[in-house]
Amino acid sequence: MPRRLGAFLLVAPLLAGLLLGFLGPIAGFLLRAVRDVEVAAALPATLRSLRDWDGGTVPDEAFAALATDLRAARLRDRATGAGILARAGARLNHAAPGLRSLLPATARRVAEPGEDRARILAAGAAWSSPATWAAIRAAGGPLTDLHLLAAFDLRRGVAGIEAVPAEARLYRQVVLRTVAIGASVTLACLLLGYPLAWLIATAPPRAAPWMLGAVLLPFWTSLVVRSAAWMVLLQREGVVNATLLRAGLVEAPLPLLFNRFAVLVAMVHILLPFMVLPILAALREIDPRLPRAAASLGAGPVRVFRRVVLPLSLPGVGAGCLLVLVQALGFYVTPALLGGPEDQMLAWFIGFNASRTVNWSMAAALSLVLLAAIALLVGLYGRLVGFQRVAPA
Amino acid sequence: MRVLLWAFGLAVLLFLLLPVLAILPLSFSAGGFLHYPLPGFSLRWYRDFLASDFWLPALGNSLVVGLGASALAVAFGTPAAFGLWRARLPFQGAILAVLLAPLAVPGIVVAVALLLAFGRWGLANSHAGLILAHAMLGVPFVVVSVLASLAQFDPLLLRAAASCGATPLHAFRRICLPRIAPGIAAGALFAFATSLDEVVVALFLGGPGQRTLPRQMFAGLGDQISLTVLAAACVMVALSVLLLALGTRLRRR
Repeated sequence: MPRRLGAFLLVAPLLAGLLLGFLGPIAGFLLRAVRDVEVAAALPATLRSLRDWDGGTVPDEAFAALATDLRAARLRDRATGAGILARAGARLNHAAPGLRSLLPATARRVAEPGEDRARILAAGAAWSSPATWAAIRAAGGPLTDLHLLAAFDLRRGVAGIEAVPAEARLYRQVVLRTVAIGASVTLACLLLGYPLAWLIATAPPRAAPWMLGAVLLPFWTSLVVRSAAWMVLLQREGVVNATLLRAGLVEAPLPLLFNRFAVLVAMVHILLPFMVLPILAALREIDPRLPRAAASLGAGPVRVFRRVVLPLSLPGVGAGCLLVLVQALGFYVTPALLGGPEDQMLAWFIGFNASRTVNWSMAAALSLVLLAAIALLVGLYGRLVGFQRVAPA
Repeated sequence: MRVLLWAFGLAVLLFLLLPVLAILPLSFSAGGFLHYPLPGFSLRWYRDFLASDFWLPALGNSLVVGLGASALAVAFGTPAAFGLWRARLPFQGAILAVLLAPLAVPGIVVAVALLLAFGRWGLANSHAGLILAHAMLGVPFVVVSVLASLAQFDPLLLRAAASCGATPLHAFRRICLPRIAPGIAAGALFAFATSLDEVVVALFLGGPGQRTLPRQMFAGLGDQISLTVLAAACVMVALSVLLLALGTRLRRR
């Protein structure tokens, strides 16, 4: 028991650090996908006054409560710069377009002396519509599926969950694109990587380390440098176009950059070592007597490969595909540098929502989708193959 | 058949090597174009690199953050690996999953989640925050690498040391540490390389004061690429080759 305790005390600092500093923040961030706090923070009294409302005529006390809430929120925003009203307005804008600007405008109105109901109604026509108040009540929290639905271009309508109008659809296509890019990159890596791994495994002992070095060097080279290399190569006036023009193969520079082709080529280049190394490790573990035995029993080289070598190397293939696919799904830098607007993957939209529109909830919902896909892949792999082989080389 | 396979394999190797090798000579160009033939050789882009107001500080930031993150990862990762090896803990699998979790979470999710949390703790836009984040991303490599070298270490030696009167700490320092030192060094190297390469977290979590080399390169890669960016790329490749060489030597030991 003391030995166990001692061992645990050695592990504890890192465990606690990662739980608090890594998993905690990630869990807190992901919870934002389903938490609905903005409106409850800004309009608590209004939500209370609407609790027993039948959806018909808006009661007077709701107007009074709204005026109280808006005045309080405005004062707090001024004192702390917290932006409570702006966030509540942005949240309500989903269900009741126009509230993003109407909420602060109304807050300014009710700060002046006068009768609350009249001043609120004068601030905007939306306040005379029960739909606006219903939207406030629906956004009262504490939980919402708004953002998760939005990640699949769905929303809650009058008749239940429905697809958003075609011109507002975005994320379903982004999710499909992310999966498509990930799958094509994985397939391409497998087709290029397996023969290379087999070649290195069967190469003469003098050549093999050099070939392995050629795989490891790009593996250790920074991802940004390799993306930059492809940018320079594929530019309009870059190396590839200049060479093609001089050789007379093309008349005008080809548009090689800022498209899907560039993204796929660079991603395959970056992720290929993750495919080669596990396959190579699996091939090297095969007992060399097995293929020889098969050959001596009369199997041709193709048959030996298909019936002996390939099945024995499948765990390496599985590990390689998992490593490549999981990483490919989360790519941010390479599509951002080499792709056009139609080539950005889930990661880019997560970053966009977090940094530019400051919509943490949407960023969290998209992150949940990405993590769920990765967890599914990892779980599936664990079920089918097990985890003894994932560490590369 | 065999010839065809060799041709294919060599073509794939060229595909892996050429892109980086092809752009490096451009950084020694006397002109400003991104294609061959070079109008002449010069070091003007390296002079630019050294003279500019942001490239050298970026290199400095990268080294400071990398060394700090690597040191922190070793300081926490080595005892943790030793503890995991010493005794089978309850929930060992879950503990290991937590320690290795930073490997599995996509960089963008880490970046945004840490931006949110560190912002609240006053750690965003600071060296300390970036070092902490990179240390967490690098610590799994230390744990795995130290565990691998501990697998070669005979625990009987520790008991022998104890029976000769050594305290556990003394026995660890004099008997175990020298034997697992290459594993620790390899883990530190990997953690350093991870930090040096990392750009997404640096992009989101760091402020203008935390521009690292890859982040500065990312910002410089627009429509008009200056050859100074390629000089910076060369510096980064040189660092990578250095790390690869160090790593290979460590693996031999």
